[in-house]
Amino acid sequence: MQDRPTYDELLAAVEEFLDTEIVPNVPGSRGFHARVAANAIRIVRRELAHEEEQLAAEWDGLDAILGAAERPSQRLALRSVLRERNEALCGLIREGGADAGKTAGAVFGHVRSTVAAKLRVSDPELLERSQLTQSYRP
Amino acid sequence: MPRPTATPEEVAEKLTIFLKRSHRAKSVRIEGTRLLTGGASRQTWSFDATIEHADGRSETLPLIARADPRKQPGLMARETEYRLLEAAHAAGAPVPAVHLMGDDSLGAPFFLMERVEGETIARRILRDEEYTAAREKMAAQLGGIIAAIHRVPLAGLGEALAEPLEGKSAAESEVQRFEGTFRAIAPEPHPAFELAIRWLQRNLPAGAEPVLVHGDYRMGNFIVGPEGVRSVLDWELAHVGDPMEDLAWVSVRSWRFGNDDRPVGGVGQREEFFAAYEAAGGRRVDRAAVHWWEVFGNLRWGVICIMQARAYLDGMSKSVELATIGRRTAETEWELLNLMEEAG
Repeated sequence: MQDRPTYDELLAAVEEFLDTEIVPNVPGSRGFHARVAANAIRIVRRELAHEEEQLAAEWDGLDAILGAAERPSQRLALRSVLRERNEALCGLIREGGADAGKTAGAVFGHVRSTVAAKLRVSDPELLERSQLTQSYRP
Repeated sequence: MPRPTATPEEVAEKLTIFLKRSHRAKSVRIEGTRLLTGGASRQTWSFDATIEHADGRSETLPLIARADPRKQPGLMARETEYRLLEAAHAAGAPVPAVHLMGDDSLGAPFFLMERVEGETIARRILRDEEYTAAREKMAAQLGGIIAAIHRVPLAGLGEALAEPLEGKSAAESEVQRFEGTFRAIAPEPHPAFELAIRWLQRNLPAGAEPVLVHGDYRMGNFIVGPEGVRSVLDWELAHVGDPMEDLAWVSVRSWRFGNDDRPVGGVGQREEFFAAYEAAGGRRVDRAAVHWWEVFGNLRWGVICIMQARAYLDGMSKSVELATIGRRTAETEWELLNLMEEAG
């Protein structure tokens, strides 16, 4: 166990410093890049907050399409096997296995939730806006 | 080692000699030389040239030099770009007037064109009050302009431009090309792109009669004044292809800069844009084909996001901007899923 501040608290300090000290006081391209850097910190904080739950959900979604497999307990191994399973999913799509029928719907739904998980980390506002418009759709 | 960028003074000196010789001028004075874009390759320089002609007449021209200090395979030759601008101008499209084709004065291919003043930054065009009137008419203007571009005769240009693959439609060729790029560069699997590629292959539009396609017709490449569009820039991706490609690219979500209720570049509605295109002598708008090209456009932009992130991942750049663009790939995946679902 590391001491406080936690990683999230440390990152929050860096984010705050960039947003309040650097961005308003540095003009031009450097200021722009400071804004991008602060946004990168926000992405990392959201990823760390959601990672465990998102990787688990992606695994379960792949289980439903590719058949159940044993989930590695270590995060690094989990990421590596997830990648292999995603490659298998890509192969299935390329070969036409998700063109029609029940599999098509299941694959589309799964891909939609994994992309939504990525947006929840990279651009949660876009996700919210998009879900609002969708619920108003006839 | 890339060749170090020439200083503004060096460029001004060489261009002074070039202009003096080309115009047989008494004297040439160049001021305000600055590099607008580009590093070691694909440079754009801006300057003012005051030319005192042999007959004593004197004029000051705001000019742009487009130069290629380093040859890169696959990039459009400057001479082709020059001829394209000339041809587009003749067809009635608003483009910077070409001034002179260069020689070897800069030690690299270049040409000179008029510098058109105005705003290119999309966020300003879409938000600033100064452009309120411009925004109202832009969708229709953009329809008229792209109709003029599609009328540019291919004769004399065709052989210098990329064309669809032998025996394949423009649509099929472009999917094949971007699928190839995607597979060569993506660091990880992207099921959403696989779905999109599959969808594109299974829903290919009927081939259209090939025209000159601008290839990057979008917000950011338009010079805008308070009265509307002044000029269309960035012809380097022009090719022979399907006219519906340009009609769709301008509406790809990324170029709306948040104004999703106005799909055409964040300024207007598709129907208004299509009507202006047809009224100005454009081809008949095939809405299903435009939708197909919009799906393709989002895939293309997604692949470009990966490409930019790759520059960071491969250590070619340390830019935090390029690094974070990798995470924007998901936006294009989301849009692709929405568009495919809409199509049913």
